[in-house]
Amino acid sequence: MKINAKGLHYRELNREIKDALNKGEKKVELSGINGQRFIGAGLKSNAEISVEGVPGNDLGVFMNGLTIRVNNNCQDGAGNTMNSGKITIHGDAGDVIGYAMRNGKILVKGNVGYRVGIHMKEYKENRPAIVIGGSAGDFLGEYMAGGIIVVLNLNNDFDSDYIGTGMHAGTIYIRGKVDERKVGEGVETKKAGNIKEILPLLKEFCEEFGLDFEKISNSEFTMLSAKSTRPYGELYCY
Amino acid sequence: MNDFKTNANWTASVISDIKKQAETGGMLLTGMGNPSPYPNYWDRILLDASQVTNPSIDPLREPMELRTFLGRKSSKLEKETYPQLELSTPIMFSAMSYGSISLNTCKSLAMAATDSGIYWNTGEGGLHKDLYKYANRAIVQVASGRFGVHEEYLRAGAAIEIKVGQGAKPGIGGHLPGEKVSKEISETRMIPEGTDAISPAPHHDIYSIEDLRQLIYALKEATDYEKPVIVKIAAVHNSAAIASGMVRAGADIIALDGFRGGTGATPMIVRNHTGIPIELALASVDQRLRDEGIRNDASVVVAGGFRSSADIIKAIALGADSVYIASSALIAVGCTMCQKCYTGKCAWGITTQDPELVKRINPEIAKKRLNNLIRAWSLEIKEVLGSMGINAVESLRGNKERLRGIGLNETELKILGIKHAGE
Repeated sequence: MKINAKGLHYRELNREIKDALNKGEKKVELSGINGQRFIGAGLKSNAEISVEGVPGNDLGVFMNGLTIRVNNNCQDGAGNTMNSGKITIHGDAGDVIGYAMRNGKILVKGNVGYRVGIHMKEYKENRPAIVIGGSAGDFLGEYMAGGIIVVLNLNNDFDSDYIGTGMHAGTIYIRGKVDERKVGEGVETKKAGNIKEILPLLKEFCEEFGLDFEKISNSEFTMLSAKSTRPYGELYCY
Repeated sequence: MNDFKTNANWTASVISDIKKQAETGGMLLTGMGNPSPYPNYWDRILLDASQVTNPSIDPLREPMELRTFLGRKSSKLEKETYPQLELSTPIMFSAMSYGSISLNTCKSLAMAATDSGIYWNTGEGGLHKDLYKYANRAIVQVASGRFGVHEEYLRAGAAIEIKVGQGAKPGIGGHLPGEKVSKEISETRMIPEGTDAISPAPHHDIYSIEDLRQLIYALKEATDYEKPVIVKIAAVHNSAAIASGMVRAGADIIALDGFRGGTGATPMIVRNHTGIPIELALASVDQRLRDEGIRNDASVVVAGGFRSSADIIKAIALGADSVYIASSALIAVGCTMCQKCYTGKCAWGITTQDPELVKRINPEIAKKRLNNLIRAWSLEIKEVLGSMGINAVESLRGNKERLRGIGLNETELKILGIKHAGE
């Protein structure tokens, strides 16, 4: 089903999307998107939504199972507190992508802004993942409590500061070397021995964006993880 | 302790705290609300009563309306209506998470709220599977850690509360230590067992009023505009301006938590020295919203150490729509105010996850005691309304003419917006 979003307020647009999914539509194509917020908010569905244009903040916020593909850039907060599903961005994405996401995937072809993957967490079989083709802003993976973040740094301009500040679980993989001075306190930085864990993600990413999987997967990766699962364990006296 | 040579400045607690910190190098942790002897304005406010010219009403014979609706009110008849919470009496149970309190205590509160026709609040602990059946009487909280927050949880609750701040710890986040994250808590918060549950101080998608609006509308979009959204802040120095922003951001209900509000754990330095009394915050917020003509765009709920129905009546006359109680509810269940919640060893089975201790709370009995407290306070509110010649609680709301200050200076009276006794 096709929806032309030109001139539609997000409330009307989301209403139309909901109505379409309630009617059993499995594929919704949105065109003329120009900054509408909250697309797919809180939807529990395994439908696919394709977005033509630049969606506004909080794309897929609280979503549970949708597949959203954006043919352009997207603004801040995509995948905010999402429970499951997949968001693919064929461009750059803004700040706080994947805040507190619990499961599912976010693939961004280009660069992302600040605080991406902040407080993402994992639980049982839920293990969220964010893969970024370009570079990321400061505070990548702040307070990270689970899941995987991969930065492919394909333009070799990754220069994030305060990486993983406050992280207490999960893993960040960055292609190439990382200056330890740019990594948050309490984060261990080492050369990734093997990247088996992220190979399926890399394959999916390369297929989606038409990149050379062999070349990327044979690169050297740096692996960041928390030194302690209790970084704030000894702050108090009783 | 007896060996300390204490005096008015160097009390036994001051000396023992220094010794503890010298031994450990840690911040002092504590529980429940601010115990310091700061002025309590409820105790300096007196109520009016009817004599001769406007007769009082006998609540035993006449109907008295305590029913309270919380949410944005339409300003014009033809405008759209907004979702409301309907309370049988202007009292709700304040946020207490499963984690900070035991599941049996959560159950007691949930069942009592259901029986009494009021609401309970999940805090940032998610909604345990056994409590979904009480969800239509639950306010589900969304805090910075987003623990247990998913679409089913958001849809289940009667209202959604964005917790920005808490009176016992304004400006700082929450921290449930890994030792307390048992199997059941891990399932409810949706985090692995034994890991720390850290709620950062700010929501990282809220750095401004515009961002707050974004989260409010994200929640409304996710729940089809069917539920009121509450925004809760701690009462701090510029609460009035912040509250104005919260209402303009789209909050249907704003909750203010004063510095006597309780908590399961907080650094003592913050609890004892940060924030302002709820009395002053409430009066200034209510006045500000009235001055700006937006008081009906949101309801005002206040929290922070309500000890009796007298405190509640005075709060309503100062401008509140309803109050949140937590410490007094826990006292009804068994709490002795020992302030050791943070140890996780509560002998009453309230703020502990030790199964042997939790068993000490029988939810059926605790529920009955909570229902009794709500009934007793409601009867007292009706009694006082009758004495004032008022037959509906909404006629008391913001009715500052029925209050008088006693022993307060001019600045205090001005902020509270009330006259001195005798005037």
